[in-house]
Amino acid sequence: MTAWERFLETFFKPELMVQYWPDILEGVVVTVQIAAAVVVTGLALGLMLASVRAYQVRFLNLFIVIFVDVFRALPPLVAILLIYFGLPNIDIVLPSFAVLWLVLSFVLAAFAEEIFWAGITSTPKGQWEAARSTGLTFSQTLLSVVLPQAIRLGIPPLTNRTIAITKNTALGTVIGVSEILSQATSAQAFTGNATPLMMGALAYIILFIPIVAVGRWIETRFAWRRA
Amino acid sequence: MPILTISGLRKSFGTTEVLKGIDLSVSNRELVFIIGPSGSGKSTLLRCINRLEEPTGGGIAFDGVEVTDRSTDLNALRRSMGMVFQSFNLYPHMTALANVTLALRKVLKKSRDEADAIGREALAKVGLSDKTASYPSELSGGQQQRVAIARALALDPKIVLFDEPTSALDPELVGSVLAVMRDLKAGGMTMLVVSHELRFARDAADRVIFMDQGHIVEEGPPSAIFNEPREARTRAFVAGLLR
Ligand SMILES: Nc1ncnc2c1ncn2[C@@H]1O[C@H](COP(=O)(O)OP(=O)(O)OP(=O)(O)O)[C@@H](O)[C@H]1O
Ligand SMILES: [Mg+2]
Repeated sequence: MTAWERFLETFFKPELMVQYWPDILEGVVVTVQIAAAVVVTGLALGLMLASVRAYQVRFLNLFIVIFVDVFRALPPLVAILLIYFGLPNIDIVLPSFAVLWLVLSFVLAAFAEEIFWAGITSTPKGQWEAARSTGLTFSQTLLSVVLPQAIRLGIPPLTNRTIAITKNTALGTVIGVSEILSQATSAQAFTGNATPLMMGALAYIILFIPIVAVGRWIETRFAWRRA
Repeated sequence: MPILTISGLRKSFGTTEVLKGIDLSVSNRELVFIIGPSGSGKSTLLRCINRLEEPTGGGIAFDGVEVTDRSTDLNALRRSMGMVFQSFNLYPHMTALANVTLALRKVLKKSRDEADAIGREALAKVGLSDKTASYPSELSGGQQQRVAIARALALDPKIVLFDEPTSALDPELVGSVLAVMRDLKAGGMTMLVVSHELRFARDAADRVIFMDQGHIVEEGPPSAIFNEPREARTRAFVAGLLR
């Protein structure tokens, strides 16, 4: 067998590709579902925390800052293992996909909160004053004047961060979430061949290249123009 | 009968007192001009009137309401006082029309159609009927400031406070904003204007106030303040402006 044939045999074995593509596809569906859920809940929670922080209520701010710092400091894998294997000891049993979804949402929320908060604080004071001088309340000003600007400002840095965090869905494999990597590794263990892993890698690339491209488009589209 | 009566107004930032007992009343339809050196407290005075700053002492009565009372509905008060800023402070993510109608919709709860109609009328008043759909970044400084004036006017205020409305403008754009202010004056609007546009003050002001170091040093008709000031400080400041 030539080296080239050995290479093909190891990474692109046709029979295995035919046999395992339904499993990989199943993994893709799970990955997409969890990633989409993480993006929605993570960004929404981050925006909510940043908005609450604007009200400057001391104990709430303390809570938010601690939450944000913890989830930015902690490697997501550690949080996933801690929650998945720890909580059952106090009789809270969460399904593995829920643990993955929660942890990644919290991590994304932590980063999103910081980015939205930076946007809120960098909105010029004059914006607040103009709105308040026309009789808008604090909340109305925050909602109609400040947040739209803060969100726009936050979109470019958030795009990359969001993509990076959704890729962490692969961590689900350590707690048995049947996403792409988990499907691929179990097939690899079963067959002793790397072809399923290569299929998993290809699935990630096919899945994420459009997302990266959309991210780049969003970044340029929302590049802030000012007077 | 004055519409605005300020008595013994004081304001401190920490330990530095910026307003040291200001007494001032403004009558209906009057245009009162405020001049004075940088740091004399002119902006702070305007900002205390609609309570963007909390006064530390004294009283402000506006249209029968005690502004500094704890029970005063600030947001209701503020919509009857327009404010125009040196730096325009337009909302950059909204069109000119949306800038003007935001408070109509959120504060006065008008429908979109009703708010748009009022907004278009206000923009027409400042000569910007053709710019309703433009974003601030697409407008010149003079146009932006006129949108800001329209935003204040749309709420049908009883007084408009101007804080150096033309200081951030290129000289060739100042005229368009002053023209709008002249129209307002002719229409009977009550105005309190911090500005150093002397020609405008001579033509349009009913009264000129000279402030220095947190005090009102001298006040009178424009001719008196500019031509024969009584106080040495006023004389020195006015001489500097004329030079
Ligand atoms: N938020 C603040 N905190 C502390 N000091 C302030 C604050 N706002 C104003 N001051 C001080 O109060 C004084 C008066 O300021 P103000 O802006 O009212 O002056 P002004 O007459 O409007 O000056 P200018 O012509 O430069 O606009 C200044 O010494 C300024 O430094
Ligand atoms: Mg000032």
